[in-house]
Amino acid sequence: MYNNKTLVNPKKPSLKKTIGLITVYTFLIGYLLIVLYPLFWMVISSFKDTSEIFRSVWALPEKWLFQNFIDAWNNGIAEYFVNSIIVTSVSVILTVFLGALGAFGLSRFKFRGQNILLIVTMGSLMVSPQISLIPLYELMQSFGLYDSLWALILPYIAYRLPFTLLLIRGFFLSIPKDYEEAAFIDGYNIYQVFFYLFIPMSLPILCTAAIMSAYFSWNEFLFAIVFINSDSLRTIPAGLLQFRGVLETNWGVLLAGLTISAIPIISLFLFMQKYFLRGLAGGGVKG
Amino acid sequence: MDTKHKWTPYYFLALPSLMLLIFVYVPIFQNIGLSFYQWNPFMEGKNYIGFQNFINLFKDPIFYTALKNNILYVIISVVFQVGGGLIVAAILEDTVIRKLSPVFRTIYFIPAVISTIVIAILFDFIYNPQIGLLNEFLNLVGLDQLTKAWLGDSTTAIFAVIAVSQWKSIGYIAIFFIIAIQNIPNELYEAAELDGAGRINKFIHITVPRVKEITFVTTAVTVCEAFTVFNEPYMLTGGGPGDSSQVLSTYIYKAAFTNNEMGYAATISTILLIITLIFSIVQLWLFRSGKEE
Repeated sequence: MYNNKTLVNPKKPSLKKTIGLITVYTFLIGYLLIVLYPLFWMVISSFKDTSEIFRSVWALPEKWLFQNFIDAWNNGIAEYFVNSIIVTSVSVILTVFLGALGAFGLSRFKFRGQNILLIVTMGSLMVSPQISLIPLYELMQSFGLYDSLWALILPYIAYRLPFTLLLIRGFFLSIPKDYEEAAFIDGYNIYQVFFYLFIPMSLPILCTAAIMSAYFSWNEFLFAIVFINSDSLRTIPAGLLQFRGVLETNWGVLLAGLTISAIPIISLFLFMQKYFLRGLAGGGVKG
Repeated sequence: MDTKHKWTPYYFLALPSLMLLIFVYVPIFQNIGLSFYQWNPFMEGKNYIGFQNFINLFKDPIFYTALKNNILYVIISVVFQVGGGLIVAAILEDTVIRKLSPVFRTIYFIPAVISTIVIAILFDFIYNPQIGLLNEFLNLVGLDQLTKAWLGDSTTAIFAVIAVSQWKSIGYIAIFFIIAIQNIPNELYEAAELDGAGRINKFIHITVPRVKEITFVTTAVTVCEAFTVFNEPYMLTGGGPGDSSQVLSTYIYKAAFTNNEMGYAATISTILLIITLIFSIVQLWLFRSGKEE
Protein backbone atom coordinates (compact mmCIF):
# COMPACT_ATOMS: atom_id res chain seq x y z
CA MET A 1 0.00 0.00 0.00
CA TYR A 2 2.73 2.41 0.97
CA ASN A 3 4.71 1.65 -2.16
CA ASN A 4 1.68 2.48 -4.21
CA LYS A 5 1.35 5.81 -2.54
CA THR A 6 4.96 6.80 -3.06
CA LEU A 7 4.72 5.83 -6.72
CA VAL A 8 1.82 8.10 -7.36
CA ASN A 9 2.85 10.85 -5.00
CA PRO A 10 6.64 10.93 -4.94
CA LYS A 11 8.06 12.58 -1.83
CA LYS A 12 9.66 15.68 -3.23
CA PRO A 13 9.90 18.40 -0.62
CA SER A 14 8.38 21.16 -2.71
CA LEU A 15 8.41 24.79 -1.61
CA LYS A 16 4.63 24.86 -1.38
CA LYS A 17 4.67 21.89 0.95
CA THR A 18 7.31 23.40 3.22
CA ILE A 19 5.40 26.67 3.49
CA GLY A 20 2.24 24.74 4.27
CA LEU A 21 3.99 22.77 6.97
CA ILE A 22 5.47 25.90 8.52
CA THR A 23 2.06 27.58 8.57
CA VAL A 24 0.48 24.55 10.22
CA TYR A 25 3.19 24.27 12.86
CA THR A 26 3.06 28.01 13.56
CA PHE A 27 -0.66 27.68 14.14
CA LEU A 28 -0.31 24.59 16.33
CA ILE A 29 2.52 25.99 18.41
CA GLY A 30 0.86 29.40 18.67
CA TYR A 31 -2.28 27.79 20.04
CA LEU A 32 -0.14 25.63 22.33
CA LEU A 33 1.44 28.76 23.81
CA ILE A 34 -1.94 30.44 24.26
CA VAL A 35 -3.03 27.40 26.28
CA LEU A 36 0.15 26.77 28.23
CA TYR A 37 1.57 30.22 28.88
CA PRO A 38 -1.19 31.44 31.23
CA LEU A 39 -0.86 28.22 33.23
CA PHE A 40 2.92 28.55 33.32
CA TRP A 41 2.53 32.16 34.44
CA MET A 42 0.14 31.06 37.19
CA VAL A 43 2.67 28.56 38.52
CA ILE A 44 5.71 30.86 38.48
CA SER A 45 3.80 33.84 39.88
CA SER A 46 2.53 31.71 42.74
CA PHE A 47 6.11 31.77 44.07
CA LYS A 48 6.28 35.60 44.05
CA ASP A 49 4.95 38.20 46.43
CA THR A 50 2.46 40.85 45.34
CA SER A 51 4.97 43.65 44.77
CA GLU A 52 7.15 41.39 42.65
CA ILE A 53 4.16 40.36 40.52
CA PHE A 54 3.56 44.08 40.06
CA ARG A 55 7.17 44.95 39.26
CA SER A 56 8.12 42.15 36.91
CA VAL A 57 5.21 40.38 35.33
CA TRP A 58 7.19 38.16 32.97
CA ALA A 59 10.28 37.28 34.97
CA LEU A 60 10.95 34.19 37.03
CA PRO A 61 10.73 34.73 40.80
CA GLU A 62 13.80 36.34 42.38
CA LYS A 63 13.25 34.18 45.44
CA TRP A 64 10.98 31.12 45.29
CA LEU A 65 8.44 31.68 48.07
CA PHE A 66 7.22 28.20 48.99
CA GLN A 67 5.62 29.88 51.98
CA ASN A 68 2.80 31.02 49.65
CA PHE A 69 1.68 27.44 49.28
CA ILE A 70 1.72 26.80 53.03
CA ASP A 71 -0.27 30.01 53.59
CA ALA A 72 -2.82 29.13 50.93
CA TRP A 73 -3.24 25.63 52.34
CA ASN A 74 -3.74 26.93 55.89
CA ASN A 75 -6.01 29.80 54.86
CA GLY A 76 -8.91 27.60 53.78
CA ILE A 77 -7.75 25.56 50.81
CA ALA A 78 -7.23 22.50 53.06
CA GLU A 79 -10.82 22.69 54.27
CA TYR A 80 -12.23 23.21 50.78
CA PHE A 81 -10.23 20.23 49.59
CA VAL A 82 -11.69 17.95 52.27
CA ASN A 83 -15.24 19.10 51.49
CA SER A 84 -14.71 18.60 47.77
CA ILE A 85 -13.32 15.13 48.36
CA ILE A 86 -16.31 14.15 50.52
CA VAL A 87 -18.88 15.58 48.11
CA THR A 88 -17.18 14.12 45.06
CA SER A 89 -16.57 10.62 46.41
CA VAL A 90 -20.03 10.17 47.93
CA SER A 91 -21.84 11.50 44.87
CA VAL A 92 -19.66 9.51 42.46
CA ILE A 93 -20.16 6.21 44.28
CA LEU A 94 -23.92 6.70 44.52
CA THR A 95 -24.23 7.98 40.93
CA VAL A 96 -22.40 4.98 39.51
CA PHE A 97 -24.31 2.54 41.72
CA LEU A 98 -27.73 3.99 40.89
CA GLY A 99 -26.70 4.31 37.25
CA ALA A 100 -25.74 0.64 37.13
CA LEU A 101 -29.02 -0.36 38.83
CA GLY A 102 -31.05 1.65 36.36
CA ALA A 103 -28.99 0.46 33.41
CA PHE A 104 -29.56 -3.16 34.45
CA GLY A 105 -33.30 -2.58 34.76
CA LEU A 106 -33.45 -0.87 31.37
CA SER A 107 -31.32 -3.39 29.51
CA ARG A 108 -32.16 -6.88 30.82
CA PHE A 109 -35.95 -6.85 31.05
CA LYS A 110 -39.01 -6.16 28.97
CA PHE A 111 -41.71 -4.45 30.97
CA ARG A 112 -44.51 -1.93 30.87
CA GLY A 113 -43.32 1.65 30.82
CA GLN A 114 -39.83 0.71 29.64
CA ASN A 115 -39.82 3.09 26.69
CA ILE A 116 -41.26 5.92 28.74
CA LEU A 117 -38.53 5.51 31.34
CA LEU A 118 -35.89 5.47 28.63
CA ILE A 119 -37.27 8.64 27.04
CA VAL A 120 -37.54 10.31 30.46
CA THR A 121 -33.90 9.48 31.13
CA MET A 122 -32.74 10.76 27.75
CA GLY A 123 -34.90 13.87 28.06
CA SER A 124 -33.30 14.81 31.36
CA LEU A 125 -29.94 15.01 29.58
CA MET A 126 -31.20 18.24 28.07
CA VAL A 127 -32.29 19.83 31.33
CA SER A 128 -29.76 22.24 32.72
CA PRO A 129 -29.67 22.75 36.48
CA GLN A 130 -29.92 26.56 36.19
CA ILE A 131 -33.56 26.29 35.23
CA SER A 132 -34.51 24.61 38.50
CA LEU A 133 -32.44 26.83 40.78
CA ILE A 134 -35.36 28.50 42.61
CA PRO A 135 -37.50 25.37 43.26
CA LEU A 136 -34.39 23.39 44.30
CA TYR A 137 -33.41 26.18 46.68
CA GLU A 138 -36.86 25.97 48.28
CA LEU A 139 -36.70 22.16 48.27
CA MET A 140 -33.37 22.16 50.11
CA GLN A 141 -34.77 24.50 52.74
CA SER A 142 -37.96 22.51 53.26
CA PHE A 143 -36.01 19.21 53.48
CA GLY A 144 -33.67 20.84 56.01
CA LEU A 145 -30.74 20.09 53.72
CA TYR A 146 -29.80 23.71 53.01
CA ASP A 147 -26.24 24.49 54.11
CA SER A 148 -25.22 20.84 54.38
CA LEU A 149 -23.08 18.77 52.03
CA TRP A 150 -26.18 16.69 51.14
CA ALA A 151 -27.61 19.78 49.43
CA LEU A 152 -24.81 19.33 46.90
CA ILE A 153 -24.49 15.54 46.84
CA LEU A 154 -28.16 14.78 46.05
CA PRO A 155 -28.58 17.14 43.07
CA TYR A 156 -25.14 16.17 41.74
CA ILE A 157 -26.29 12.55 41.68
CA ALA A 158 -29.59 13.42 40.03
CA TYR A 159 -28.03 15.57 37.29
CA ARG A 160 -25.23 13.10 36.51
CA LEU A 161 -27.51 10.06 36.63
CA PRO A 162 -28.99 10.22 33.09
CA PHE A 163 -25.62 10.31 31.36
CA THR A 164 -24.14 7.64 33.66
CA LEU A 165 -27.13 5.36 33.27
CA LEU A 166 -27.15 5.58 29.48
CA LEU A 167 -23.39 5.07 29.28
CA ILE A 168 -23.56 1.90 31.41
CA ARG A 169 -26.70 0.70 29.64
CA GLY A 170 -24.85 0.89 26.33
CA PHE A 171 -22.28 -1.50 27.74
CA PHE A 172 -24.83 -3.84 29.38
CA LEU A 173 -26.67 -4.17 26.07
CA SER A 174 -23.50 -5.61 24.56
CA ILE A 175 -23.33 -8.44 27.13
CA PRO A 176 -24.90 -11.59 25.61
CA LYS A 177 -27.91 -13.15 27.32
CA ASP A 178 -26.05 -16.50 27.55
CA TYR A 179 -23.98 -15.17 30.43
CA GLU A 180 -26.85 -14.62 32.79
CA GLU A 181 -28.65 -17.77 31.64
CA ALA A 182 -25.57 -19.80 32.51
CA ALA A 183 -25.48 -18.05 35.88
CA PHE A 184 -29.15 -18.88 36.52
CA ILE A 185 -28.38 -22.54 35.82
CA ASP A 186 -25.60 -22.30 38.40
CA GLY A 187 -28.24 -21.20 40.90
CA TYR A 188 -27.64 -17.42 40.91
CA ASN A 189 -30.68 -15.22 41.42
CA ILE A 190 -31.12 -11.99 39.48
CA TYR A 191 -29.51 -9.82 42.18
CA GLN A 192 -26.48 -12.08 42.37
CA VAL A 193 -26.23 -11.86 38.58
CA PHE A 194 -26.17 -8.08 38.91
CA PHE A 195 -23.67 -7.88 41.78
CA TYR A 196 -21.34 -10.80 41.00
CA LEU A 197 -21.49 -10.94 37.22
CA PHE A 198 -22.43 -7.59 35.69
CA ILE A 199 -20.64 -5.25 38.10
CA PRO A 200 -17.24 -6.99 37.85
CA MET A 201 -17.60 -7.41 34.08
CA SER A 202 -18.24 -3.73 33.50
CA LEU A 203 -15.56 -2.25 35.77
CA PRO A 204 -13.83 -0.31 32.95
CA ILE A 205 -17.02 1.45 31.88
CA LEU A 206 -17.95 2.07 35.54
CA CYS A 207 -14.54 3.65 35.96
CA THR A 208 -15.18 5.90 32.96
CA ALA A 209 -18.57 6.87 34.36
CA ALA A 210 -16.98 7.58 37.75
CA ILE A 211 -14.35 9.87 36.26
CA MET A 212 -16.92 11.81 34.26
CA SER A 213 -19.07 12.30 37.38
CA ALA A 214 -16.09 13.19 39.53
CA TYR A 215 -15.14 15.87 37.02
CA PHE A 216 -18.63 17.34 37.27
CA SER A 217 -18.86 17.25 41.09
CA TRP A 218 -15.36 18.61 41.57
CA ASN A 219 -16.05 21.66 39.39
CA GLU A 220 -19.74 22.41 39.95
CA PHE A 221 -20.19 26.01 41.01
CA LEU A 222 -23.77 27.33 40.93
CA PHE A 223 -25.30 24.92 43.47
CA ALA A 224 -22.11 25.18 45.49
CA ILE A 225 -22.58 28.92 46.03
CA VAL A 226 -26.38 28.85 46.40
CA PHE A 227 -27.02 25.82 48.64
CA ILE A 228 -24.07 26.32 51.00
CA ASN A 229 -23.76 29.27 53.31
CA SER A 230 -21.10 28.34 55.89
CA ASP A 231 -17.52 28.94 54.89
CA SER A 232 -16.49 25.67 56.57
CA LEU A 233 -18.69 23.64 54.19
CA ARG A 234 -17.53 25.16 50.91
CA THR A 235 -16.15 23.03 48.12
CA ILE A 236 -13.13 24.19 46.11
CA PRO A 237 -14.93 26.22 43.40
CA ALA A 238 -17.06 28.19 45.88
CA GLY A 239 -14.19 28.31 48.36
CA LEU A 240 -11.77 29.83 45.88
CA LEU A 241 -14.20 32.64 45.22
CA GLN A 242 -14.31 33.32 48.94
CA PHE A 243 -10.54 32.97 49.07
CA ARG A 244 -10.14 35.63 46.39
CA GLY A 245 -12.32 38.00 48.40
CA VAL A 246 -10.29 37.48 51.57
CA LEU A 247 -6.89 37.72 49.86
CA GLU A 248 -7.72 40.78 47.78
CA THR A 249 -4.12 42.02 47.86
CA ASN A 250 -2.12 38.90 48.57
CA TRP A 251 -1.74 37.77 44.99
CA GLY A 252 1.06 35.28 45.42
CA VAL A 253 -0.94 33.30 47.98
CA LEU A 254 -4.06 33.50 45.81
CA LEU A 255 -2.14 32.16 42.81
CA ALA A 256 -0.66 29.44 45.00
CA GLY A 257 -4.22 28.46 45.94
CA LEU A 258 -5.14 28.27 42.25
CA THR A 259 -2.07 26.17 41.52
CA ILE A 260 -2.86 23.77 44.36
CA SER A 261 -6.38 23.37 42.99
CA ALA A 262 -5.38 22.89 39.37
CA ILE A 263 -2.33 20.64 39.52
CA PRO A 264 -3.95 17.48 41.00
CA ILE A 265 -6.68 17.53 38.36
CA ILE A 266 -4.25 18.11 35.50
CA SER A 267 -2.03 15.24 36.67
CA LEU A 268 -5.02 12.96 37.23
CA PHE A 269 -6.18 13.73 33.70
CA LEU A 270 -2.75 13.01 32.24
CA PHE A 271 -2.72 9.60 33.95
CA MET A 272 -6.35 8.67 33.33
CA GLN A 273 -6.67 10.10 29.83
CA LYS A 274 -7.77 6.77 28.38
CA TYR A 275 -10.88 6.54 30.59
CA PHE A 276 -11.68 10.20 30.11
CA LEU A 277 -11.56 10.01 26.35
CA ARG A 278 -13.61 6.82 26.32
CA GLY A 279 -16.28 8.62 28.32
CA LEU A 280 -16.32 11.41 25.76
CA ALA A 281 -16.54 8.94 22.90
CA GLY A 282 -19.46 7.20 24.61
CA GLY A 283 -21.08 10.52 25.44
CA GLY A 284 -20.71 11.68 21.87
CA VAL A 285 -22.67 8.70 20.63
CA LYS A 286 -25.40 9.09 23.21
CA GLY A 287 -25.57 12.87 23.61
CA MET B 1 -37.36 -14.99 32.68
CA ASP B 2 -39.70 -12.14 31.82
CA THR B 3 -42.72 -13.69 33.55
CA LYS B 4 -40.73 -14.76 36.59
CA HIS B 5 -39.39 -11.23 36.99
CA LYS B 6 -42.58 -9.30 36.59
CA TRP B 7 -41.72 -6.77 39.30
CA THR B 8 -37.95 -7.04 39.39
CA PRO B 9 -37.19 -4.31 36.79
CA TYR B 10 -39.18 -1.85 38.88
CA TYR B 11 -37.03 -2.64 41.93
CA PHE B 12 -33.92 -1.85 39.92
CA LEU B 13 -35.40 1.35 38.55
CA ALA B 14 -37.17 2.66 41.65
CA LEU B 15 -34.31 4.66 43.17
CA PRO B 16 -32.89 6.10 39.92
CA SER B 17 -36.38 7.17 38.81
CA LEU B 18 -37.10 8.71 42.19
CA MET B 19 -33.92 10.80 41.98
CA LEU B 20 -34.82 12.10 38.52
CA LEU B 21 -38.37 12.79 39.58
CA ILE B 22 -37.53 14.75 42.75
CA PHE B 23 -34.53 16.74 41.55
CA VAL B 24 -34.99 17.08 37.79
CA TYR B 25 -38.60 16.76 36.67
CA VAL B 26 -40.72 18.06 39.55
CA PRO B 27 -38.63 21.27 39.92
CA ILE B 28 -39.16 22.13 36.24
CA PHE B 29 -42.91 22.17 36.68
CA GLN B 30 -42.67 23.84 40.07
CA ASN B 31 -40.58 26.56 38.50
CA ILE B 32 -43.24 27.28 35.88
CA GLY B 33 -45.79 27.57 38.67
CA LEU B 34 -43.54 29.84 40.73
CA SER B 35 -43.26 32.29 37.81
CA PHE B 36 -46.78 33.46 38.63
CA TYR B 37 -45.96 34.50 42.19
CA GLN B 38 -44.19 37.37 43.86
CA TRP B 39 -42.23 36.78 47.05
CA ASN B 40 -38.89 37.28 48.74
CA PRO B 41 -36.96 34.90 51.01
CA PHE B 42 -37.88 36.86 54.14
CA MET B 43 -41.65 36.85 53.83
CA GLU B 44 -44.22 34.24 54.78
CA GLY B 45 -46.20 32.86 51.86
CA LYS B 46 -46.32 34.06 48.26
CA ASN B 47 -48.57 36.46 46.35
CA TYR B 48 -50.23 35.23 43.18
CA ILE B 49 -49.79 37.95 40.57
CA GLY B 50 -50.74 36.20 37.32
CA PHE B 51 -48.65 37.19 34.33
CA GLN B 52 -47.25 40.33 35.97
CA ASN B 53 -43.70 38.90 36.15
CA PHE B 54 -43.77 38.13 32.45
CA ILE B 55 -45.08 41.60 31.61
CA ASN B 56 -42.34 43.20 33.71
CA LEU B 57 -39.73 40.96 32.13
CA PHE B 58 -40.68 41.93 28.59
CA LYS B 59 -40.28 45.59 29.57
CA ASP B 60 -36.97 45.01 31.35
CA PRO B 61 -33.97 46.34 29.38
CA ILE B 62 -31.55 44.12 31.36
CA PHE B 63 -33.45 41.07 30.13
CA TYR B 64 -32.79 42.11 26.54
CA THR B 65 -29.13 42.83 27.29
CA ALA B 66 -28.83 39.36 28.79
CA LEU B 67 -30.60 37.76 25.85
CA LYS B 68 -28.37 39.63 23.39
CA ASN B 69 -25.27 38.53 25.30
CA ASN B 70 -26.45 34.91 25.26
CA ILE B 71 -26.99 35.09 21.51
CA LEU B 72 -23.48 36.57 21.09
CA TYR B 73 -22.22 33.75 23.28
CA VAL B 74 -23.95 31.17 21.08
CA ILE B 75 -22.69 32.58 17.78
CA ILE B 76 -19.09 33.06 18.87
CA SER B 77 -18.99 29.67 20.61
CA VAL B 78 -20.34 27.81 17.60
CA VAL B 79 -17.83 29.49 15.28
CA PHE B 80 -14.82 29.02 17.53
CA GLN B 81 -15.60 25.76 19.31
CA VAL B 82 -17.36 23.78 16.60
CA GLY B 83 -15.68 25.41 13.58
CA GLY B 84 -12.31 25.86 15.27
CA GLY B 85 -12.50 22.46 16.95
CA LEU B 86 -13.11 20.78 13.61
CA ILE B 87 -10.17 22.57 11.98
CA VAL B 88 -7.83 21.77 14.87
CA ALA B 89 -8.95 18.13 14.74
CA ALA B 90 -8.47 17.91 10.97
CA ILE B 91 -4.95 19.33 11.25
CA LEU B 92 -4.03 17.00 14.11
CA GLU B 93 -5.33 13.96 12.24
CA ASP B 94 -3.37 14.82 9.10
CA THR B 95 -0.75 12.17 8.33
CA VAL B 96 2.07 14.72 8.42
CA ILE B 97 1.32 15.73 12.01
CA ARG B 98 0.08 12.41 13.34
CA LYS B 99 3.19 11.48 15.28
CA LEU B 100 3.08 14.63 17.40
CA SER B 101 -0.67 14.97 17.51
CA PRO B 102 -1.23 13.10 20.83
CA VAL B 103 0.96 15.71 22.53
CA PHE B 104 -0.90 18.68 21.02
CA ARG B 105 -4.27 17.03 21.61
CA THR B 106 -3.53 16.41 25.29
CA ILE B 107 -2.27 19.93 25.92
CA TYR B 108 -5.20 21.54 24.07
CA PHE B 109 -7.53 19.53 26.27
CA ILE B 110 -5.97 20.64 29.59
CA PRO B 111 -8.07 23.86 30.03
CA ALA B 112 -11.22 21.73 29.91
CA VAL B 113 -10.21 19.76 33.00
CA ILE B 114 -9.30 22.75 35.16
CA SER B 115 -12.06 24.21 37.36
CA THR B 116 -13.66 27.24 35.75
CA ILE B 117 -13.06 29.20 38.97
CA VAL B 118 -9.30 28.68 38.64
CA ILE B 119 -9.43 29.78 35.01
CA ALA B 120 -11.62 32.78 35.85
CA ILE B 121 -9.35 34.09 38.60
CA LEU B 122 -6.33 33.50 36.37
CA PHE B 123 -7.90 35.46 33.51
CA ASP B 124 -8.85 38.20 35.93
CA PHE B 125 -5.08 38.62 36.32
CA ILE B 126 -4.47 38.34 32.58
CA TYR B 127 -7.04 41.06 31.83
CA ASN B 128 -5.83 43.25 34.70
CA PRO B 129 -5.23 46.77 33.35
CA GLN B 130 -1.98 47.31 35.31
CA ILE B 131 -0.19 43.98 35.38
CA GLY B 132 -2.28 41.92 32.96
CA LEU B 133 -0.41 39.73 30.49
CA LEU B 134 -2.75 40.80 27.70
CA ASN B 135 -1.98 44.52 27.97
CA GLU B 136 1.70 43.83 28.62
CA PHE B 137 1.78 41.71 25.49
CA LEU B 138 0.07 44.41 23.44
CA ASN B 139 2.63 46.94 24.72
CA LEU B 140 5.42 44.55 23.84
CA VAL B 141 4.32 44.20 20.21
CA GLY B 142 3.66 47.93 19.89
CA LEU B 143 -0.13 47.89 19.94
CA ASP B 144 -0.32 50.17 22.98
CA GLN B 145 -3.42 51.94 21.72
CA LEU B 146 -5.41 48.70 22.05
CA THR B 147 -4.76 48.26 25.76
CA LYS B 148 -7.73 48.72 28.03
CA ALA B 149 -9.46 47.49 31.18
CA TRP B 150 -10.98 44.53 29.36
CA LEU B 151 -13.39 43.45 32.06
CA GLY B 152 -14.07 46.93 33.41
CA ASP B 153 -15.19 48.45 30.12
CA SER B 154 -18.84 47.87 29.29
CA THR B 155 -18.13 47.59 25.56
CA THR B 156 -15.50 44.84 25.89
CA ALA B 157 -16.56 43.00 29.07
CA ILE B 158 -18.84 40.42 27.45
CA PHE B 159 -16.31 39.67 24.70
CA ALA B 160 -13.53 39.23 27.23
CA VAL B 161 -15.78 36.80 29.09
CA ILE B 162 -16.73 34.89 25.95
CA ALA B 163 -13.04 34.63 24.97
CA VAL B 164 -12.29 32.78 28.21
CA SER B 165 -14.97 30.20 27.40
CA GLN B 166 -13.39 29.66 23.99
CA TRP B 167 -9.96 29.22 25.55
CA LYS B 168 -11.45 26.60 27.85
CA SER B 169 -13.49 24.61 25.35
CA ILE B 170 -11.95 24.49 21.85
CA GLY B 171 -9.67 21.59 22.76
CA TYR B 172 -12.56 19.78 24.40
CA ILE B 173 -14.79 19.97 21.32
CA ALA B 174 -11.81 19.09 19.08
CA ILE B 175 -11.55 15.71 20.85
CA PHE B 176 -15.04 14.75 19.62
CA PHE B 177 -14.01 15.56 16.06
CA ILE B 178 -10.72 13.69 16.45
CA ILE B 179 -12.63 10.56 17.49
CA ALA B 180 -15.00 11.00 14.55
CA ILE B 181 -12.20 11.58 12.03
CA GLN B 182 -10.36 8.49 13.29
CA ASN B 183 -13.46 6.47 12.42
CA ILE B 184 -13.38 7.57 8.76
CA PRO B 185 -12.02 4.68 6.66
CA ASN B 186 -8.54 5.53 5.44
CA GLU B 187 -9.31 4.12 1.98
CA LEU B 188 -11.51 7.14 1.26
CA TYR B 189 -8.55 9.48 1.67
CA GLU B 190 -6.27 7.19 -0.29
CA ALA B 191 -8.74 7.01 -3.16
CA ALA B 192 -9.03 10.81 -3.15
CA GLU B 193 -5.25 11.11 -3.18
CA LEU B 194 -5.12 8.85 -6.22
CA ASP B 195 -7.53 11.25 -7.89
CA GLY B 196 -5.11 14.03 -7.08
CA ALA B 197 -7.17 15.75 -4.38
CA GLY B 198 -5.29 18.18 -2.16
CA ARG B 199 -5.65 18.63 1.60
CA ILE B 200 -8.37 21.27 1.41
CA ASN B 201 -10.38 19.24 -1.06
CA LYS B 202 -10.11 16.12 1.09
CA PHE B 203 -11.22 18.17 4.09
CA ILE B 204 -14.27 19.61 2.30
CA HIS B 205 -15.35 16.50 0.40
CA ILE B 206 -14.50 13.68 2.81
CA THR B 207 -13.96 14.93 6.35
CA VAL B 208 -16.79 17.46 6.61
CA PRO B 209 -19.60 15.19 5.32
CA ARG B 210 -18.31 12.27 7.39
CA VAL B 211 -18.36 14.18 10.66
CA LYS B 212 -21.83 15.59 10.12
CA GLU B 213 -23.38 13.63 12.95
CA ILE B 214 -20.83 14.70 15.56
CA THR B 215 -21.11 18.27 14.25
CA PHE B 216 -24.80 18.21 15.12
CA VAL B 217 -24.10 16.78 18.56
CA THR B 218 -21.32 19.26 19.40
CA THR B 219 -23.36 22.16 18.04
CA ALA B 220 -26.28 21.10 20.20
CA VAL B 221 -24.05 20.86 23.28
CA THR B 222 -22.35 24.19 22.54
CA VAL B 223 -25.59 26.08 21.89
CA CYS B 224 -27.15 24.68 25.06
CA GLU B 225 -24.07 25.54 27.14
CA ALA B 226 -23.86 29.04 25.69
CA PHE B 227 -27.51 29.70 26.48
CA THR B 228 -27.23 28.47 30.05
CA VAL B 229 -23.69 29.70 30.79
CA PHE B 230 -23.26 30.98 34.34
CA ASN B 231 -19.76 30.39 35.64
CA GLU B 232 -17.56 32.54 33.41
CA PRO B 233 -19.70 35.71 33.43
CA TYR B 234 -20.52 35.40 37.12
CA MET B 235 -16.91 34.85 38.16
CA LEU B 236 -15.26 37.35 35.83
CA THR B 237 -17.61 40.35 35.90
CA GLY B 238 -20.64 39.36 37.97
CA GLY B 239 -22.65 40.66 35.01
CA GLY B 240 -21.12 44.12 35.21
CA PRO B 241 -20.09 46.79 34.70
CA GLY B 242 -23.64 48.09 34.95
CA ASP B 243 -25.28 44.83 33.82
CA SER B 244 -23.49 45.10 30.46
CA SER B 245 -22.22 41.50 30.57
CA GLN B 246 -25.29 39.97 32.20
CA VAL B 247 -26.52 36.68 30.69
CA LEU B 248 -29.80 34.96 31.49
CA SER B 249 -28.34 32.62 34.13
CA THR B 250 -26.46 35.35 35.97
CA TYR B 251 -29.60 37.48 35.83
CA ILE B 252 -31.58 34.64 37.43
CA TYR B 253 -29.02 34.58 40.23
CA LYS B 254 -29.05 38.34 40.60
CA ALA B 255 -32.85 38.56 40.64
CA ALA B 256 -33.10 35.80 43.24
CA PHE B 257 -30.20 36.40 45.59
CA THR B 258 -29.24 40.06 45.14
CA ASN B 259 -32.62 41.67 44.43
CA ASN B 260 -34.58 39.05 46.45
CA GLU B 261 -37.24 38.81 43.74
CA MET B 262 -37.64 35.05 43.74
CA GLY B 263 -40.72 34.94 41.50
CA TYR B 264 -39.06 37.18 38.94
CA ALA B 265 -36.04 34.86 38.92
CA ALA B 266 -38.34 31.88 38.35
CA THR B 267 -39.87 33.76 35.41
CA ILE B 268 -36.45 34.24 33.78
CA SER B 269 -35.83 30.52 34.35
CA THR B 270 -39.09 29.68 32.60
CA ILE B 271 -38.04 31.78 29.59
CA LEU B 272 -34.66 30.05 29.60
CA LEU B 273 -36.44 26.68 29.71
CA ILE B 274 -38.60 27.65 26.72
CA ILE B 275 -35.53 28.82 24.75
CA THR B 276 -33.56 25.64 25.45
CA LEU B 277 -36.61 23.49 24.64
CA ILE B 278 -37.12 25.23 21.29
CA PHE B 279 -33.45 24.77 20.44
CA SER B 280 -33.49 21.11 21.49
CA ILE B 281 -36.52 20.43 19.31
CA VAL B 282 -35.08 22.30 16.33
CA GLN B 283 -31.81 20.45 16.71
CA LEU B 284 -33.47 17.05 17.07
CA TRP B 285 -35.47 17.81 13.95
CA LEU B 286 -32.38 18.96 12.02
CA PHE B 287 -30.48 15.91 13.26
CA ARG B 288 -33.25 13.57 12.08
CA SER B 289 -33.51 15.13 8.64
CA GLY B 290 -29.71 15.18 8.42
CA LYS B 291 -29.66 11.45 9.11
CA GLU B 292 -32.28 10.60 6.53
CA GLU B 293 -30.41 12.22 3.67
